Amino acid sequence: MELTVEKLTHRYGDVPVLQDINLHIPAGEILCVIGPSGCGKSTLLRMLGGLERPDAGQVLQRGSAPADCLNPLTFVFQDFALLPWRSVGGNISLVLEDHGIRGQAADTIICDVLARTKLGDFRDALPRQLSGGMKQRVAIARALAVNPAVMLLDEPLSALDAQTRELLMEDLIALWQRQPFTAVYVTHNLAEAVRLGHRIAVLSRRPGQVREVIEVDIPLSDRAPGDPHLEDLQSRLWQIMKDEAMAADQELLDA
Amino acid sequence: MPETARPVPFRGGGFRPVSKRGAGVVVFVLLLAVIEWGTRAGWISSLTLPRPSDVAATLVDLARSGLLWTHLAPSLTRLLVGSLLGVTAGIGVGILIGLFSYVRAGLIPLVAALFPIPKIALLPLFVIWFGIDEGSKYALIALGTFTPTVVATYGAVDNVDRTLVRMGQSFGLRWLSIVRKIVLPGALPGILSGLRVSIAIGIILLVAAEMLGAEYGIGAYILQAGSLYDLERLFAGVVILSSLGVVTSWAIGRLENWLLRWRS
Ligand SMILES: Nc1ncnc2c1ncn2[C@@H]1O[C@H](COP(=O)(O)OP(=O)(O)O)[C@@H](O)[C@H]1O
Ligand SMILES: [Mg+2]
Repeated sequence: MELTVEKLTHRYGDVPVLQDINLHIPAGEILCVIGPSGCGKSTLLRMLGGLERPDAGQVLQRGSAPADCLNPLTFVFQDFALLPWRSVGGNISLVLEDHGIRGQAADTIICDVLARTKLGDFRDALPRQLSGGMKQRVAIARALAVNPAVMLLDEPLSALDAQTRELLMEDLIALWQRQPFTAVYVTHNLAEAVRLGHRIAVLSRRPGQVREVIEVDIPLSDRAPGDPHLEDLQSRLWQIMKDEAMAADQELLDA
Repeated sequence: MPETARPVPFRGGGFRPVSKRGAGVVVFVLLLAVIEWGTRAGWISSLTLPRPSDVAATLVDLARSGLLWTHLAPSLTRLLVGSLLGVTAGIGVGILIGLFSYVRAGLIPLVAALFPIPKIALLPLFVIWFGIDEGSKYALIALGTFTPTVVATYGAVDNVDRTLVRMGQSFGLRWLSIVRKIVLPGALPGILSGLRVSIAIGIILLVAAEMLGAEYGIGAYILQAGSLYDLERLFAGVVILSSLGVVTSWAIGRLENWLLRWRS
């Protein structure tokens, strides 16, 4: 399934947040969206997933989702959004129950996604017993359980420490290589963007506009941390971002 | 001149009460011992306070004669029926207020108007509406527990983490599933702590209602003792009430521990 964003514009009250955004997300590709904080990345992602209505413009989906897909557009949130009163297994079964998947069928799916995210031994643990990285792996397992056509990830690694981030990034790459999925990956971390993005969209400061869309034509498997091409690309992105970030930093919050 | 090394002074600690087992009992026993000593030595006159040992003897008599149960059974029934009605209705209405804007706009002013009314003032009215017998007492306790439960419940629903609700929507959960699996469990801690307040108010109203008209019940027992200036029996009644408070609060604590075992 592919997504197209057409002339999307949005304001909260008097504050314009997104202005005339046009984007294309082809099937099987990861689009990274970067931009200074407060530029409307999360808002854009909520609109992509149908959680919020834009003032103008639209988000179009083309092509059909795989037959066994339960929830075509699936989010992974920055703060994990796990139910603290449900175990790891219970948090995953939550998104299956409404589709009438229970008992043996649910069990098969839960075991499969927990194995894919290396959580096999933690099925009965409660979220409070898990580290941040493990919680995010549970959230990713939950997203995989509905077999999404498009994954919408909102700074999924930002709440984690650098080592955990690196590990999870490798996990995400491995998952994509096993079965390429379409994804929009919002981040403010340039290193994550150059490691994971097939294309990288740079947004300006608020109101967010697309400054540039950069293609990265190195296969995901060939991108290692410290790769000179990626470093080059990263510093190019930083040049574009720097002015925006500095200007955004100087703005009064509610001016 | 070489500086002498000193340990960094400790400035942390405090502001974090931890449970000290038995401290409450010690305070209690000490207080009783002082009163016992005072009444025996004579510097507390028997008109001011009864001797704790006499109160204990009265309680034992009460239990032996079976009169304790005669008074306790109707009181417990009233408290149970009344607060069950009030708390159930309160949780239901509180959830509706928490979920629907129109219900909220329509009912919050009404609840705010009901809350500060001393419900006991309405007893004569309830006697006319629900009869002089149990009906009016149930209604009084139900109304008294209803308002604090409503306020606690909609506050708890308001405080449910909206990112969890958003998550439920993003996975396409049905509205009812979101309410049942996300909103209700999320509101449960707040609802349960509201329950403590509601039950305490229920006990107060129970006694008040029984004082205004009942043959049996802890309130009636205390009223009889008071009008005869029988301090031992009066205090025996008060001890029973306190125990009732302690037991219900302990029971709610157990319920919390069990229902909220995911917390820590
Ligand atoms: N529900 C909302 N109501 C009003 N303003 C909002 C709302 N959500 C976000 N904003 C504002 O819109 C701007 C963009 O927010 P957001 O999309 O979260 O930015 P980002 O994810 O890029 O940091 C911010 O200035 C934020 O304060
Ligand atoms: Mg954001």
